[in-house]
Amino acid sequence: MTMALVVGGLFATGVYLMLQRSLMRTLLGLILLGHGTNLLLLVSGGAPGDPPVVPEGASGDGDRFADPLPQAMALTAIVITFGITTFLLALAYRSWRLAGHDEVRDDIEDRRIGTVGERADAEPAALPPDDPAPDVPAPEDPAPDGGPR
Amino acid sequence: MLVLVVAHLVCAAVLPLLPSRTGQAVWLIAAVPPLATFLWAVVWARRVLDGEVLHEGVAWASTLGLRLDFRLDPLALLLTLVVSGIGVLVLAYGAAYGGEDQGRQAGLLTGFAGLMFGLVTADNLFVLYVFWELTTVASFLLIAGRRPSTERRRAAEQSLLTTVAGGLAMLLGLVMLGQAAGTYRISALVADPPGGGVVPAALVLILIGAFTKSAQYPFHSWLPAAMVAPTPVSAYLHAAAMVKAGVYLVARLAPGFADAPVWRPLVLGVGLASMTIGAWHALRENDLKRILAFATVSELGMLIALFGAGTRTAVLGGAVMLLAHALFKSCLFMVTGLIDRTTGTRDLRRLSGLGRRMPVVCGVAVLAAASMAGLPPFIGYVGEDAAFDGYLNDHLPGGAWALLWFTVASGLTVALAARFVWGAFARKPGVPDAGPTPTPYGMLWPAAVPAALGVLLGVWPSLTGRLTEPWADMFHDTAAGHASYHLGIWHGIGFTLLLALLTFAMGAVLHAWRAQVIATQRRLPRPPDGQLVYRRTVRGTVALAVRVTRVTQVGSLPAYLAVVMATVVLLSAGALLVGASPVGSVPLWQSIAEVPPALVVLACALAVALTRQRLAAVLLTGAVGYGVAVLFVVRGAPDLALTQFLVETLTLVVTALMLRRLPARFTPERQPLGARWTRGVIAVAAGAVVTALALVATHARAPSSRRPDYTGRVHETGAENAVNAIIVDFRALDTIGEISVLMITTVGVLSLVRVWGGAAAVPAVREPAAVTSPAARWDAPRERWLPGAGELPGTERSVLLEVVTRALFSSIVVLSLFLLFSGHYGPGGGFAGGLVAGQAFVLRYLVGGHADLGLAAPTNPNRVLGGGLVIAAVVALVPVAFGHAPLSAAVWHLTLPVLGEVHASTSVFFDIGVYLLVVGVILKLLGAASAVASTPERAPAGEGATP
Repeated sequence: MTMALVVGGLFATGVYLMLQRSLMRTLLGLILLGHGTNLLLLVSGGAPGDPPVVPEGASGDGDRFADPLPQAMALTAIVITFGITTFLLALAYRSWRLAGHDEVRDDIEDRRIGTVGERADAEPAALPPDDPAPDVPAPEDPAPDGGPR
Repeated sequence: MLVLVVAHLVCAAVLPLLPSRTGQAVWLIAAVPPLATFLWAVVWARRVLDGEVLHEGVAWASTLGLRLDFRLDPLALLLTLVVSGIGVLVLAYGAAYGGEDQGRQAGLLTGFAGLMFGLVTADNLFVLYVFWELTTVASFLLIAGRRPSTERRRAAEQSLLTTVAGGLAMLLGLVMLGQAAGTYRISALVADPPGGGVVPAALVLILIGAFTKSAQYPFHSWLPAAMVAPTPVSAYLHAAAMVKAGVYLVARLAPGFADAPVWRPLVLGVGLASMTIGAWHALRENDLKRILAFATVSELGMLIALFGAGTRTAVLGGAVMLLAHALFKSCLFMVTGLIDRTTGTRDLRRLSGLGRRMPVVCGVAVLAAASMAGLPPFIGYVGEDAAFDGYLNDHLPGGAWALLWFTVASGLTVALAARFVWGAFARKPGVPDAGPTPTPYGMLWPAAVPAALGVLLGVWPSLTGRLTEPWADMFHDTAAGHASYHLGIWHGIGFTLLLALLTFAMGAVLHAWRAQVIATQRRLPRPPDGQLVYRRTVRGTVALAVRVTRVTQVGSLPAYLAVVMATVVLLSAGALLVGASPVGSVPLWQSIAEVPPALVVLACALAVALTRQRLAAVLLTGAVGYGVAVLFVVRGAPDLALTQFLVETLTLVVTALMLRRLPARFTPERQPLGARWTRGVIAVAAGAVVTALALVATHARAPSSRRPDYTGRVHETGAENAVNAIIVDFRALDTIGEISVLMITTVGVLSLVRVWGGAAAVPAVREPAAVTSPAARWDAPRERWLPGAGELPGTERSVLLEVVTRALFSSIVVLSLFLLFSGHYGPGGGFAGGLVAGQAFVLRYLVGGHADLGLAAPTNPNRVLGGGLVIAAVVALVPVAFGHAPLSAAVWHLTLPVLGEVHASTSVFFDIGVYLLVVGVILKLLGAASAVASTPERAPAGEGATP
């Protein structure tokens, strides 16, 4: 129960931080989320046991040991989280260098796409014209041939 | 057959590469593969028509049931002859017609002939579909040309969109049909057709595909629009070949499915409607090519209605008409192109007196048009007579109606054939006569051949019958009461003759009163215009896309993330509610030692979420990490705990180094209160769901759960530490992927940080200046504790730290090596060892600066980084050389003089690779940190804002 609560708490704070605009806070949220995930992996691996180090000659069978597989997965996850952390940090730094803050602003291009219908700069040839079909002769055309009437 | 298809495609690929000065020769080269196909088909014709079926198959991925099956039966033979024969003629015509980009045109046409050949011989639904769509693409390229005008581009787009949409519907239908039948072989499918269930729906979808391809109402409008293409293209694709694909599919499936409930109403209804409306529409066109295009729509409708009827005589009529149509329509298109080339116009209001100027051309056109009108003794008449007889005597449901429609539409066809000949060649009052022009015989003879063949096959009906009757004989002969119908010109005075005469009379009347016909057409309400429907559909789709984009793409990252998170929460909560077993009673804690670190972790996490201080947030996050590490220890995971401690420390240091440049406080929130509440609610819900998930997962993990017995088999790897064995042995592939990811992120970090100034942004390591002054006092230092630290300004140095660092550095490196090699037996391993060594370098960097780091690790970090990955990869691949699976490891048991018995495993080398890579990553990150440190304070706003 304690572990489950810790996992839940880490997820809650992690998500809360990730939903903010500051890249730094997003990063911290991600780290917390990573901790929560690692713990979740471990917790779902079953009851705690002895460290899974089996001395030579001893039998590795039975439930005395903790399950090593979630541990190996969590170990991988820790290292990967570290990689992502440094990458996000570099992003935050770059954003600060370029814009003077590390906030994620709204993507203006996304909004522009939504208004393509009203804007005049849309490529006119991209859409077929709405004028009457050229295959229909206009009604006021002279008689198309000189045949008998 | 496969060889022939490939020959076409290779030829198509090579031709555009030929230099443009080869000129007309490309057309002759292009004609070789279709000619070979034609001759091959002629050679096989006798045996195939005698009932032998040629089959050829290549297993491509047989475990997936993917086979390239080809099959030559009478229907395929007929179409092969049409496709390759007309192909040769059109290519010969193209040589005289010319135009720009001849290599491309000729190549595409040849490739198209190959695709068409593959399509009609394919014996697998998917192979058929692939050829089907490839012909669509080829058609698109041919219509558009290389530098398309707006008009041609629109026409090409329209043909592509229409036929691809139909093709997708068809694919769905084909899959449904194949699944219902349990086979994708067309021959097997037709021989033993599935029934009931999804089959009617599948047939409707397939027929939609066929109708779009064959330009049937209401999908016809792309074909008249496609007439902007050069005439050889129109003559081949849009008269003889591609549009026949839909007809072919109907003909192919008719033996199996003609009696399915939806088949006949749909096929007869759409086919006869297209036949009538197309011909009616053609009567008011003024462009010769557009007249022919609507005539094509009309005649394709006729073919579909005949083949789809699925009775012997009707199908026989269809087969003859297919042959006839290919002959006369390609001829008429070629004549139109000729007129266009010599006079510069195709508008019949401006053509006059051409018949006298070019009597031979006129004669050829009259022969073809007479065949189109169904006049005796041309092949068109032979086919039409069979068609009349089929509708009359085959006892089709609704046959009387079909006969009535067919007769009316045939009358319209007679009128439009007359309109074409009259429009192209007759003298018209008030229009100046065409001047004298030489007849281009290079363009004339390819047109004359099919016209002559039309006569030949008409006056020699037994040859026509030899070609067409074997396929028609596949159908049940329902003509009760009299002998099987045989092709012929004269069947005595009977009802069919009467009908034929009726159509001639109707055509003559309609042509004589053409002005009134056009006036009537103007007065009548127009049938729904396909062009308009197409345009509205496209515009509507675009408008819908814009509307959807506006709703979904608001451009705000938190909003997107909130949606993602809410989805995760809702989905997993739903799954938990529906599927989870009750948890029962849960102990508050597994051991009391969990509680203190748990409280610390929770408190710190909460504080991180609330603080506004940047540094405080980072430090609190570090505290959370250390708390989690303690929890790992309590849960019996010393490896995890070790790695977590090390990584947390490293993260703290790197973050702090980066933070030196960022403002101390977070940017104040400007979000509305509602958004904050939403965020809080989502966060709390996520926490609650994950808590429940953790409880359920723990509970579900009974001690007896099946799991890979790693602890039981750990000794097979020569190790004792099961976690390490998993990382370097059992699941070493995962580890390779992981270290690659690590390397890539490091490269990403560097490129993000170094973007201002390239490699020069990281200060080069310089040799520290030696102490040279001999006049120094006796107590002046002869040597430095950290040689590189002299580069730092004095205010940043601390003698105490330098002494300690110098003393500790070697010890830490030794410790890291110990961890690396002891990883097999206790906590440790490549990751932990590498991280410890990395900390040693971090220490040197913090105390001695970048220069000292360069002295401590006097190699290029890139080599360490890449070398680690290379070692790991080589260790993974070496076993392959010895015939083992990749990543398998060998264990040696050695007895050494001093050390006693030693186990060695090749996976140690793998771990060394991991170690080196981690060290390299840390060195590179320190390089990035020094790049950050060496950049000046933030540039002035104006300069910094430009990327």
